Amino acid sequence: MSLITPEFGLLFWQTLIFLILFLLLAKFAWKPILGSLKEREDSIESALRMADQAKLEMQQLRAGNEKLLADARLERDRMMQEATAMANQHRETEKARATSEANHIVQQAREAIQTEKNAALAEVKNTAAQLSLDIAERILRRELADPAAQTQLVDSYLKEVKLN
Amino acid sequence: MKHLLSILLFLLTLPVFAQEPAKGAESAGSFNPGEVILHHVADSHEWHWFSTDNGNFVSYFPIIAYQPGKGMLVFSSEKIAEGKSYENLKLEDEHLTTLDGSPVYDFSITKNVAALIISSLVLVIVFTSVARGYRRRVGKAPTGMQSFLEPFVIFIRDEVAKKSIGPKYERYMPYLLTLFFFIWFNNLLGLTPGAANLTGNVAVTAMLAILTLIITLFSSNKNYWGHIFAPPGVPWALYIIMIPVELVGIIVKPFSLAVRLFANITAGHIIILSFISLIFIFRSAGAGFLSVPFGLFISLLELLVSILQAYIFTLLTAMYIGSAVEEHHHEDDFGTAEQSHGGSNLGNITRSDVAAH
Repeated sequence: MSLITPEFGLLFWQTLIFLILFLLLAKFAWKPILGSLKEREDSIESALRMADQAKLEMQQLRAGNEKLLADARLERDRMMQEATAMANQHRETEKARATSEANHIVQQAREAIQTEKNAALAEVKNTAAQLSLDIAERILRRELADPAAQTQLVDSYLKEVKLN
Repeated sequence: MKHLLSILLFLLTLPVFAQEPAKGAESAGSFNPGEVILHHVADSHEWHWFSTDNGNFVSYFPIIAYQPGKGMLVFSSEKIAEGKSYENLKLEDEHLTTLDGSPVYDFSITKNVAALIISSLVLVIVFTSVARGYRRRVGKAPTGMQSFLEPFVIFIRDEVAKKSIGPKYERYMPYLLTLFFFIWFNNLLGLTPGAANLTGNVAVTAMLAILTLIITLFSSNKNYWGHIFAPPGVPWALYIIMIPVELVGIIVKPFSLAVRLFANITAGHIIILSFISLIFIFRSAGAGFLSVPFGLFISLLELLVSILQAYIFTLLTAMYIGSAVEEHHHEDDFGTAEQSHGGSNLGNITRSDVAAH
């Protein structure tokens, strides 16, 4: 049957034309098409990779920023603490200094008062002694005739003296 | 569906019975559907467009005949058409023979050769323009024809070549793509009314299958022949059976390729022509109510079959090449058990393939 017997001529032409077609398509169609497809896929892949990388970098950057911020916060806290401590310390020392100064002043005042008091007492003593001497002198001057007059005199003199 | 079918049958039967006695008697033997169908499916030396009552509209192709001793002879097939003879040559059922029985080799440009040239030109024009599109719009989205055909190219590359052949797929891509689009385009062109039945011709499919066989054999490695002459996981005693089976398999694989494509396409054409012939067999336009929808259905089915057969031919070619270039890797990676398992799998595939044809 002619249907299932391969015709020699057609076999020949088919071989020839198919091989020519194959060579033409391979050179002018498949090579550029497959090359372009590969190129496009490569570029898409590299773009995706780059996007991923950028995302990663962004994340790293954000993490870095956060770390920086946290560091800054920590630093600030530390500085605040330090400042407070320093202020406290300063205050304490100032207070201590003031106290000691005050004590010192009080001490000095006390000493001055003591000195004054002593001086005043000494003066009182002196004055009393002087007064006693004066009185005694005056009594002696009046020749001490009348004992009543003497007592009166003593009293008048004593009234004159105002112990202050 | 049943309802529709009964309506169709009703429409069909009425006019048939009405006209049968009137026309049946006058020309009982004038229409031979088998002859007509085979004539349409087979190759011919002229392109018969259509016939009217006033005659045939035919394009005659050049006959190129080579006779040993006499040399090459080129003339129009009109000179030997319709039983005429010319220079000791005549056509017997579209087969070129000599009057005195001496050998002649027919290199004529037949209808199929003409269709082959036309389809090849179409393929070259289409795919060079697609390639130009890639060059013109580098890195841009494809448009038009390019965007229509690109998925097929990518499909052949990713689903057929990469999966069946493996890392060495790139070398075989031009052949696989040419094969796929050649078969597909010619299947589609073959469905065009009046066109040649190129992929339904056994010479064409045989040549494609032989090319696949040659490529398979030339790219085969030690591992491939190892599977044939020392099938892994098979006891020594079975080698007597296995080796001939595997050797036969080498030939049977391309043979099945050729027969599958030829038979599928030719069968599709025969079915369509048979449905159309119903009209002439029943001598009734009413038969058209049945045969036209059925013919249309088969035609649409053939559109699917045309790409399916192109895909199957390409896929099997890729698988045969894949088995030829496959490296001996199972043993290194997974141990001997995996290897024998893989081997028996391959054996199963081969055997079922042999059994199927």
